[in-house]
Amino acid sequence: MKKILAILLLAIPFAVLAEEGDPVLDRAPIDPNDKLSVQRGAQIFVNHCLNCHGANVMRYARLQDIGLTEAQIRDNLMFTTDKVGDTMTTALDPKIAKAAFGVVPPDLSLAGRSRSPDWLYSYLRSFYRDPASKTGWNNLVFPNVAMPHVLTEYQGVQALEVEQKMEESTGDMRVTKRLVLEKKGTLSPLDYDRYTADLVNYLAYMGEPAQTSRRHWGILVMFFLAAFAVITLMLKKEFWKDVH
Amino acid sequence: MAALNKPPVTEAGRFNGILTWVDQRFPLMALWKSQLSEYYAPKNFNFWYYFGSLALLVLVIQITSGIFLTMNYKPDAASAFASVEYIMRDVPGGWFIRYIHSTGASMFFVCVYLHMVRGLMYGSYRKPRELTWLFGVMIYLALMGEAFFGYLLPWGQMSYWGAQVIINLFGTVPFIGEALAVWIRGDYNVSDATLNRFFALHVVALPLVLLGLVAAHLMALHETGSNNPDGVEIYNDIDPKSGHPKDGIPFHPYYTIKDFYGVAVFLIVFSAIVFFTPEMGGYFLEANNFIPADPLKTPAHIAPVWYFTPFYAMLRAVPPMFQSQFPGVAVMGAATMILFLVPWLDRGKVKSIRYRGPKYRVMFTLFIFAFLVLGYLGVEPTTVWGQFGKDVPLIGGDYIALWVARVLTVVYFAFFIGMPFYTASDKEKAVPKRVTW
Repeated sequence: MKKILAILLLAIPFAVLAEEGDPVLDRAPIDPNDKLSVQRGAQIFVNHCLNCHGANVMRYARLQDIGLTEAQIRDNLMFTTDKVGDTMTTALDPKIAKAAFGVVPPDLSLAGRSRSPDWLYSYLRSFYRDPASKTGWNNLVFPNVAMPHVLTEYQGVQALEVEQKMEESTGDMRVTKRLVLEKKGTLSPLDYDRYTADLVNYLAYMGEPAQTSRRHWGILVMFFLAAFAVITLMLKKEFWKDVH
Repeated sequence: MAALNKPPVTEAGRFNGILTWVDQRFPLMALWKSQLSEYYAPKNFNFWYYFGSLALLVLVIQITSGIFLTMNYKPDAASAFASVEYIMRDVPGGWFIRYIHSTGASMFFVCVYLHMVRGLMYGSYRKPRELTWLFGVMIYLALMGEAFFGYLLPWGQMSYWGAQVIINLFGTVPFIGEALAVWIRGDYNVSDATLNRFFALHVVALPLVLLGLVAAHLMALHETGSNNPDGVEIYNDIDPKSGHPKDGIPFHPYYTIKDFYGVAVFLIVFSAIVFFTPEMGGYFLEANNFIPADPLKTPAHIAPVWYFTPFYAMLRAVPPMFQSQFPGVAVMGAATMILFLVPWLDRGKVKSIRYRGPKYRVMFTLFIFAFLVLGYLGVEPTTVWGQFGKDVPLIGGDYIALWVARVLTVVYFAFFIGMPFYTASDKEKAVPKRVTW
């Protein structure tokens, strides 16, 4: 059922954005309990994001949360260090980054919390070719973003189509922006959506690694407190019997 | 000494010996009796009477969780943000402690606001309980300070810019404003110096003030005895046989047991937030505060945390006069200070809203409505409800929310300033001799 739902969600056509106001965000089809997805996301993260963005408060060893062993982490996910207790720092010198992009790429440790997963999911799928920008790329969700489309190899190249239409009844001009795939990447659009969803799932996990255990504890605590409330209520009734 | 001639404790079974020993050296039994087992409280307390003891519980929760946070937090602009994440990730159970503290901050205000509404509704501030009310208002002000200082400590974008905005309010005070703002910050901008002093105020100064005020609040309350939903003075109607109020019951065990039930239900709500939605949709922990403070980048929309927003909405509603924002700041300050006057503004003969006349009921309802809507407006940008049409006279083109906030600010103050008039002329009902039960 969950799978069908996820596929349905993925299949909803994206990228119809209204001109005014904030862009409409797609719901990120992520599941923090899907450890395989988080693992795939971790791999995407260290391969494609960590080159420029750090995650300075996230320790590699923490990835044991998502079902990996220390050896697996060391062999598959660590490029800049060999100590699993280290945090995910980037090799990119901030000065060089500033010169190349105009800004220092922000630390992504908490990206899953400061930006919502929906935002990240929409953002990663909204890059389009824009010869006017410095990097040759632009983004519908984050206009004039300094980051080039790092995942273009997988997604392919999108172009922006702007459609202006006069609304018959009111005479208002309605501008619709749409992204169309100009050049195919190595992944089909559906697979690219899944690919970014895995990455977002990882970013959401990394924003708060304790979240799954937090929810598990929460259920236990709820049961305990419910029992406690019943007992205290019965005790109260017993004591108050003689108040007339 | 006479103390050694005190009668031995006889009601504690096998603890009689040790309690007698203590009681001869410390007024243990006298305190226990006067504050709990022989403190007679009205028997008709309702739902609203849970929030006093719950506020006390949250105070204890905040102090306890705060101690553990302090063990791992670093009040240093360069490492504060990372140290909070260190607590969230590397300290065993650290996320739990931090969420308890962040949830506790908001729940403290939930309890205190409901407790204050209770006091207004049932006239708990009226003679002879004026001092209990005054200490309570002081607790509320100290709590606002405590929350404000604490909010800077995570050193996120909202911490930083929230503090910047609030401190700049002091900068609007005529003549001394700028010097005052620098004195508060310890710098020309919110900086490391500000963080350090806010930490000191948050973990030492204000908790001490709060504890002292809470003690005074309770002592004053236990001196006069508790009010109740009927506003009937139960302490004037003593049963000649027992020597206790006819409508009173000992606080312990009756209300201690009852409050335990309240605590259980409250903890269910509290834990549901801590474990399942600690950000509370951005109202308890704001998304922007997960970005480290950046003095060079102002967030697009700065809103204070929800418990300050009614006053923030008032601040924005008042237009600048003589090229100064000070009138708005003054209105905001007056909105809290006016609470001190309530015991003397009320000229009604009855205490409880149950026996008040229609005028008070209308004013009270409007007041609560105004406070809630102002609270909502303070969260949103003033553009939230759009603008008036250009052809509307006088206010054409202005923001609707701004004018609604202006009207509601007037309503808020009308409740207090009009109180001597509408309470004195109201058609009140007869108060029963005994509490309704």
